[in-house]
Amino acid sequence: MKSGFLTLLIAALAVIALGAIARSSDPLLVQQAYIVGAVLVLALLFAVRGTAKELANDTLARSGWQGVSAKNKPLWVDEKYNDTIVRYGVVAIVFWGVVGLLVGVVVALQMAWPQFNIEPWLSFGRLRPLHTSAVIFAFGGNALLTTSFYVVQRTTGARLFGGALPWFVFWGYQFFLLLAASGYVVGITQGREYAEPEWYTDIWITIVWVAYLLVFLGTLFKRKEPHIYVANWFYLAFIVTVAMLHLVNNLAVPVSLTGIKSYSAFSGVQDALVQWWYGHNAVGFFLTAGFLGMMYYFVPKQAGRPVYSYRLSIIHFWALIFLYIWAGPHHLHYTALPDWAQTLGMVFSIMLWMPSWGGMVNGLMTLSGAWHKLRTDPILRMFVLAIAFYGMSTFEGPVMSIKSVNALSHYTDWTIGHVHSGALGWVGMISFAAVYYLTPRLWRRSSLYSTRLVNWHLWLATLGIVIYASVMWVAGITQGLMWREYDPQGFLVNSFIDTVSALHPEYVMRVAGGALYLLGALLMAFNVYKTIRGGAWDRKAESDPTPTRDAEQAGASAAPAGTAATA
Amino acid sequence: MSEKSHIDQVSGVETTGHEWDGIRELNNPLPRWWLWIFYATIVYSIGYMIWFPAIPLLNGNTPGLSGETNRGKLQAELAAVAQEREAITAQISASSLEEIRDNPELQRFAAASGSSLFKVNCSQCHGSGAQGGPGYPNLNDDDWIWGGSLEAIHQTIAHGVRFEEDDDTRFGEMPAFGRDELLERDEMTQTAEFVLKLSGQSHDPAAAEAGQVLFEENCAACHGEAGGGDVEAGAPALNDTLWLYGGAKDQILAQLNQPKHGVMPAWQQRLGEVAVKELAIYVHSLGGGQ
Repeated sequence: MKSGFLTLLIAALAVIALGAIARSSDPLLVQQAYIVGAVLVLALLFAVRGTAKELANDTLARSGWQGVSAKNKPLWVDEKYNDTIVRYGVVAIVFWGVVGLLVGVVVALQMAWPQFNIEPWLSFGRLRPLHTSAVIFAFGGNALLTTSFYVVQRTTGARLFGGALPWFVFWGYQFFLLLAASGYVVGITQGREYAEPEWYTDIWITIVWVAYLLVFLGTLFKRKEPHIYVANWFYLAFIVTVAMLHLVNNLAVPVSLTGIKSYSAFSGVQDALVQWWYGHNAVGFFLTAGFLGMMYYFVPKQAGRPVYSYRLSIIHFWALIFLYIWAGPHHLHYTALPDWAQTLGMVFSIMLWMPSWGGMVNGLMTLSGAWHKLRTDPILRMFVLAIAFYGMSTFEGPVMSIKSVNALSHYTDWTIGHVHSGALGWVGMISFAAVYYLTPRLWRRSSLYSTRLVNWHLWLATLGIVIYASVMWVAGITQGLMWREYDPQGFLVNSFIDTVSALHPEYVMRVAGGALYLLGALLMAFNVYKTIRGGAWDRKAESDPTPTRDAEQAGASAAPAGTAATA
Repeated sequence: MSEKSHIDQVSGVETTGHEWDGIRELNNPLPRWWLWIFYATIVYSIGYMIWFPAIPLLNGNTPGLSGETNRGKLQAELAAVAQEREAITAQISASSLEEIRDNPELQRFAAASGSSLFKVNCSQCHGSGAQGGPGYPNLNDDDWIWGGSLEAIHQTIAHGVRFEEDDDTRFGEMPAFGRDELLERDEMTQTAEFVLKLSGQSHDPAAAEAGQVLFEENCAACHGEAGGGDVEAGAPALNDTLWLYGGAKDQILAQLNQPKHGVMPAWQQRLGEVAVKELAIYVHSLGGGQ
């Protein structure tokens, strides 16, 4: 039924794409419709196959799976929770992670060597939003969706609410990503950072997001536990606030209902303020609150220890969500924004330091009594590194919001370095660690295909981040100092292009840092693939109470061998 | 899930009694250092808000005890610099270009200021070292399209080239010999061969000989019989190895067929009289000034 529903949905969307191709007078929309249409046709093939398989399974299920060996039974049979969607989600996280990082390396190459710009579809101006959206919304967004579905079911003891609704959320979200990405490459953008998709994509994601909120709230409502676990507070704060931010920042009037262009409801400095209220809280609620929710579930699970302090979790949760929402104006220091708003943006950012660190303290201290596990468990090590990078970038953030620091750092690569120490270090690492945690459990393997590869991933990624962040600090500070360099008579020393040429070595090193990080993610993709296919390469002692399919498979294959021996 | 108290064996700390999927929560107090730093940031913020503009009111905002604003600070800095430079700027304003050039103090100041103005306003086309590029003249050499004297450079900067908004702009256009069918295709080739000869490049002698006649009829009025160019008409010299749009045969032919005409903005209106003087002194001092 679910696959049938999906097939119909895809078919309907394909018809809309066809309609756009046939009727639209907007050449960009037509180009986008061709890309979207092509992907939908591919998706339709898979969906039809999925429906056929599902119908066959329904027949088997009615017969009580007679004659089907344990290993051939679909994983979802008799599952208490909806983990099929989580399995799809894990694959989506890995896929989009690799895509987003790959585009990141390409844009880094373009910065170092402009010859890598392929006009017009693959020029820097179009690939840059593709990179940011792919890592934040595609990789990060799928990580949040997937883990929130996993965590909310386990911490409420209830199956996901809404029947096929979670599937609408999952596929609707992937369709949003397709709309956004195809739009960027053909040149469709609102020109708002992290909110580039145009009005029709914005409307679609709003619908999907409301469905997500309903699924999450519905599951919380059905919960079997009297209290709501802290991870779910963070997930809920993330879902609700992102909805609010998205709606306000994307208030716009389309020029025509069959065209792509729209104009913002705000103008001038109000528009800039709304955009950075959105932009900063995308960091705060998407990349911080949401991922703290992830941290609060996976770190205690992996460490096998209780959360350090319930009281700290309450205080830092409320302090974080109250203070974060005011900090956006620090993106507009020394602009047309009134002084008073800049002051507030700065002081709220400074007060945010400890509430942010509350998450770090609670995460790290949860390991007390389990620190020895770091020696043997690279997944736990990855969680700890993620928290360490979180602590570093949430300290760096308030520092950079101080006006006199910002006077040097603003518009320079320091900001890019800051964002990446947070994104690669915190968001990336914690998502990778969660993927490693989830994969063997979801596919019922006794362990990952290779724990050593996890360790390789960990060190490649760490090295990549360290290179990336430190060269961007050097680049940013060089750039800031060169911009403001005056000779003794008070005359400007450097032209802008001088400051660009000066950064070429750093830009080349950034490519190297990014490539190492990408390489780590490719190892993960391989490891996850092999784990799903079954069989471990090196089985380190890892005790997992979940019953495994490997054991069943071993039993099943042993029987014919025995038969052969007696014959 | 139980509400009764539960002690964590490892730490000896009481948990809250709840359990979710095996996760419990210790009932540790807030770390003191964490709490005190949090309070300190709040106290600092309150102090900052008292000292600087912070609270929006119906009309305006609280000015803060310091009374400091972004714009106020910037204006004060600009005023201080302007005051410091007032005397010398007045002297530059009152002096002729030659007087500035011959007074070491004025020359040094004007060239320094011109250099900084150049970085902000001119380097985008002419390059940060004034080295130029395809379509944008190099300003370090002595090959001047519109003249390399102080006066001529000043005139070009002040009023621009083919810049329609300025009535005194420099203006000169080469006819489109190919597009407007002023010359046959083989005639253009012959002319191009002659231009190659003028600039000392390898060429077809027979064609160049025929081209010489065509050149004298069609081109020499502006470019000169020997291809020396004419700064009054803005006609570049063709008898050297410096080219604006390239000196290969196909590039010469392209220019003959349908010439490109670059535009330079007029800067007097935008930067003011003193700045244009300083720029003229700077560009003149780059090495090619006449």
